[in-house]
Amino acid sequence: MPRVTVDGIEVDVPQGATVMQACELAGREIPRFCYHERLSIAGNCRMCLVEVSPGPPKPQASCALPAVDGQVITTTSEKVRKARAGVLEFLLINHPLDCPICDQGGECDLQDQALAYGRGYSRFAEDKRAVAEKDMGPLVKTAMTRCIHCTRCVRFADEVAGVVELGAIGRGENMQITTYLERALTSELSGNVIDLCPVGALTAKPYAFAARPWELERTDGIDVMDAVGSNIRFHARSGAVIRITPRLNDEVNEEWLADHARFGVDGLKERRLDRPWVRIDGRLREASWPQAFAAIRRALSGVEGSDVAALVGDLAALEEIVALKDLLTGLGSARIECRLDGAEYAGHPALWRLGPTLAGLETADAILLVGANPRVDGPLVNTRIRKAVRYGGADVFRIGAPADLTVPVTELGDDLAALTRLPTAFLEARRPALLLGSRNATLPVLAAAGRLPLPRDDWNGFGVLHTAASRVGAMDVGCHMAGGLAALTRQPPRVLFLLGVDEVDLRPFTGAFLIYVGSHGDRGAAAANVVLPGAAWAEKPGTYVNLEGRVQRSLRAVFPPGDAREDWTILRALADVLGVRLPYDDLGALRARIAAEWPHLGRPGLSTLPWDPAAVPAAPPPSGPTRPGPAHLYALNPILRASPTMQACIASIVEGQGAVAEPVVA
Amino acid sequence: MLADLDRIFTNLYGFRPWRLEAARARGDWVDTRALLDLGPDRIVEIVKDSGLRGRGGAGFPTGTKWGFMPKNPTPERPNFLIVNADESEPGSCKDREIIRHEPHKLLEGTLLAGFAIRARAAYIYIRGEYVREAQVLEQAVAEAYAAGLLGRNACGSGFDFDVFVHRGAGAYICGEESALIESLEGKKGQPRLKPPFPANVGLWGCPTTVNNVESIAVVPAILRRGADWFASIGRPGNTGTKLFQISGHVNRPCVVEEAMGIPFRQLIEEHCGGVRGGWGNLLAVIPGGSSVPLVPAHEIIDAPLDFDSLKALKSGLGTAAVIVMDRSTDIVKAIARISYFYKHESCGQCTPCREGTGWMWRVMERLVTGDAEPHEIDLLLEVTTQVEGHTICALGDAAAWPIQGLIRHFRPEIERRIARRRGFVSVPEALPQAAE
Repeated sequence: MPRVTVDGIEVDVPQGATVMQACELAGREIPRFCYHERLSIAGNCRMCLVEVSPGPPKPQASCALPAVDGQVITTTSEKVRKARAGVLEFLLINHPLDCPICDQGGECDLQDQALAYGRGYSRFAEDKRAVAEKDMGPLVKTAMTRCIHCTRCVRFADEVAGVVELGAIGRGENMQITTYLERALTSELSGNVIDLCPVGALTAKPYAFAARPWELERTDGIDVMDAVGSNIRFHARSGAVIRITPRLNDEVNEEWLADHARFGVDGLKERRLDRPWVRIDGRLREASWPQAFAAIRRALSGVEGSDVAALVGDLAALEEIVALKDLLTGLGSARIECRLDGAEYAGHPALWRLGPTLAGLETADAILLVGANPRVDGPLVNTRIRKAVRYGGADVFRIGAPADLTVPVTELGDDLAALTRLPTAFLEARRPALLLGSRNATLPVLAAAGRLPLPRDDWNGFGVLHTAASRVGAMDVGCHMAGGLAALTRQPPRVLFLLGVDEVDLRPFTGAFLIYVGSHGDRGAAAANVVLPGAAWAEKPGTYVNLEGRVQRSLRAVFPPGDAREDWTILRALADVLGVRLPYDDLGALRARIAAEWPHLGRPGLSTLPWDPAAVPAAPPPSGPTRPGPAHLYALNPILRASPTMQACIASIVEGQGAVAEPVVA
Repeated sequence: MLADLDRIFTNLYGFRPWRLEAARARGDWVDTRALLDLGPDRIVEIVKDSGLRGRGGAGFPTGTKWGFMPKNPTPERPNFLIVNADESEPGSCKDREIIRHEPHKLLEGTLLAGFAIRARAAYIYIRGEYVREAQVLEQAVAEAYAAGLLGRNACGSGFDFDVFVHRGAGAYICGEESALIESLEGKKGQPRLKPPFPANVGLWGCPTTVNNVESIAVVPAILRRGADWFASIGRPGNTGTKLFQISGHVNRPCVVEEAMGIPFRQLIEEHCGGVRGGWGNLLAVIPGGSSVPLVPAHEIIDAPLDFDSLKALKSGLGTAAVIVMDRSTDIVKAIARISYFYKHESCGQCTPCREGTGWMWRVMERLVTGDAEPHEIDLLLEVTTQVEGHTICALGDAAAWPIQGLIRHFRPEIERRIARRRGFVSVPEALPQAAE
């Protein structure tokens, strides 16, 4: 390990570390704009200059310089301070200094550094540069006059998102960052450039002029738009969540967030169920809670337990799932189902987990996708695949319909029979990973995939790519029944509970009494006989188990609107009306009840479960095409469908193929 | 004066055809096989002994540079040679003469240099504006291929070596070696961070040496006539012959091959017919192309023109593009024009150069008319120091140095203009104007 001296402090740094990392190990903070831990090194902002000896007499960019043994690094000398002040002055001379009307104000790197290195006045007597605005689509607002040309956004698009949509044109002071042919950004990860932009050049369009960061109440949460369980932060003001940003978690989302998770938040304000509704004479009418409960009691009277069933929707938290299951048990029914996409995994938990784990996926050297499109099903799974390909040289194979994954893919055809004749390059890889799309996890596929030589001593390559945030938790607590959803439609129950179920064709249940518990007036509520207004995920504390089996807790950011209540408390109150005793009166007791029966769900963290070959079902070999998934990720659930921003995305990015509303005249 | 026998570029003025046959008659491509038989290490050694310093401007010893290349390249990671013919420095026009009149000298040198650094192929990156020159070069390459001098089994030596001509698109920055490599790879021409240096990670990630046209073109002569002959010309540490390109206020501007270290007065008297209006009319000289600081008349007149002597004058030999300015020159305007050039050609990648070149140029333009505060001279000087040494490549330095040279030597002139503009002193109204 090289030993270097930073301002008189000796530190041992890892082989291959840069001078900047060495300085940080020594506790010296180095200002930077272009450097970012997860992007390639550009070295263009020149803010991180330090003095290094031995070396050239001029100050060196510490972000790009390798730390070598015996180096003496000075970060506090007058020369260094002057160099940084000089760079900062250059950055500011053409910066508009319009902080009072800039959305980055208060969380701007340039503001912070100007405080440390800037002078209180400008020596620049010339006219400032103005740059024509770019239209980057419905998500990213631009003010390119503020751009400091750090190229973080360009590098993110190239390296992480894998789309060549951003670039620099022009030379010298006329250099501009722009999208290709001035079209909208179409990447599903485009919102991350907003976080990356150290100044206010790229800001969030839906959040424009909405709030100042110091006015916002921050709450840690977990994303439910897909099954990745991205760590997020709710930013709320006046009782409403007005934006969502990612939180750092290297195990899950690193520091990225997919666009639907970031921008779907305005769906929380639209089409909300804020009071109970009861269907009378074919029409839903407003009702009070007692009226709604009474209607349910009437519907249930005289109904056998076996004629009651429940479906668990994609966004449900573990607490309400367990409460619903307990209610069903109390009513004498075991007919509860969460596999709404037709998946047939059951038995052993390893059959519905992402065995390689998200971070582990990066180390895979061969990846097989079966009926999955990770760019839609889990964009942050795709970034891991991309890293495995880009840095590990992994080969990617696919059984299913072709779709652009931003990495080279070897197509094995859209016939599941290919599972029985996989290329040796995959089977003989050292760390092969299989990603089975949940909607294609039928018994024949599970039987074939489960018998592949994927589990190794130190590696479990079998993985299911879920799309529903609730799924793994619901499976773990046993919300599945023999025959699955198909059995329920063949033999419809007389009373059916729908816990936020909006993605299922409810026509087979037209004869049944439907009780919808959920937050948005979508397909489920429209078909229901009684609608009980629940809380959306930002409005309740909840436990979510992500596709790896990672137990994570989300906190309440705001309260649900109107008469809406947390879902588990609705079920708890309803149980009393129905004469069922649920043995918990508060969230702590409910969680204790969960932890008692399923200890691994009682504590946050990854619940790894060893692979059990005996759990693999027996079935005839699979054949036929895969079931296709949604074409885009802007309308996956009722919250996204209610979101004006997501609708704008569909109009611009999906239907308009990236064309912007008006041509921008440069 | 350099003896005619010692001249390397015997067809510099294009009095004879450039074609292969004529070039062979002048001695190019004559028994090149025997030179290749010296072996790579011996060639590098001879070039080291000759004291040849890179002719592109920085003056780094060519043999030493070649010595950085890996000795055992693999087919997966071959070595490459790049010949930098992106001659865009204002004032420079030597590579152009070599390419259009002596292309075979360059190609033979390319083969020998490529052999010495164990390269698989060479790329000649030629400035986009050199249209005719590129046509000549491409024809010359075709001739050499047809004659078996390049390509598979070049010159019958068993060494396979390809030469590709690549035309640039007109950006000055693509003459910087790593920006040239980026451009050659099809990217936006922007310099790379160093380290790693091209000798480790160059073209397509492979070890690469980038040499100037003139450095390469003199190699065959060095190998044929020996390191001692080359080293005997010029002064210690600054050996050999050099193409000087004299432009500006001399009676006969020209490109001429002379010994390194020739005194300025001798160069101008013997080859250019003297300074326009006589020696007393000389104002200042930019001795090495636009990126080096100017030197006032009294310092340059008897100075030897070589790397070390001009460095001692706080200037540099650069590409030996000698720009002579007489007393009719508006020296502030001249430097302001150079500032505009660097503002225009800055690639925009790193902050000090992108922002600083525009700032410096705008202040310079105001200094031309005197529309400035006196303290802005010091401000400008400080801005140049904020750019200098803080950038990724040397363009920032090149933009800063001419201004520093101007302020160092002509500060009173700038102050006079400001004072006159402010009406504090009476000075003649007519500003000197350059004749052109």
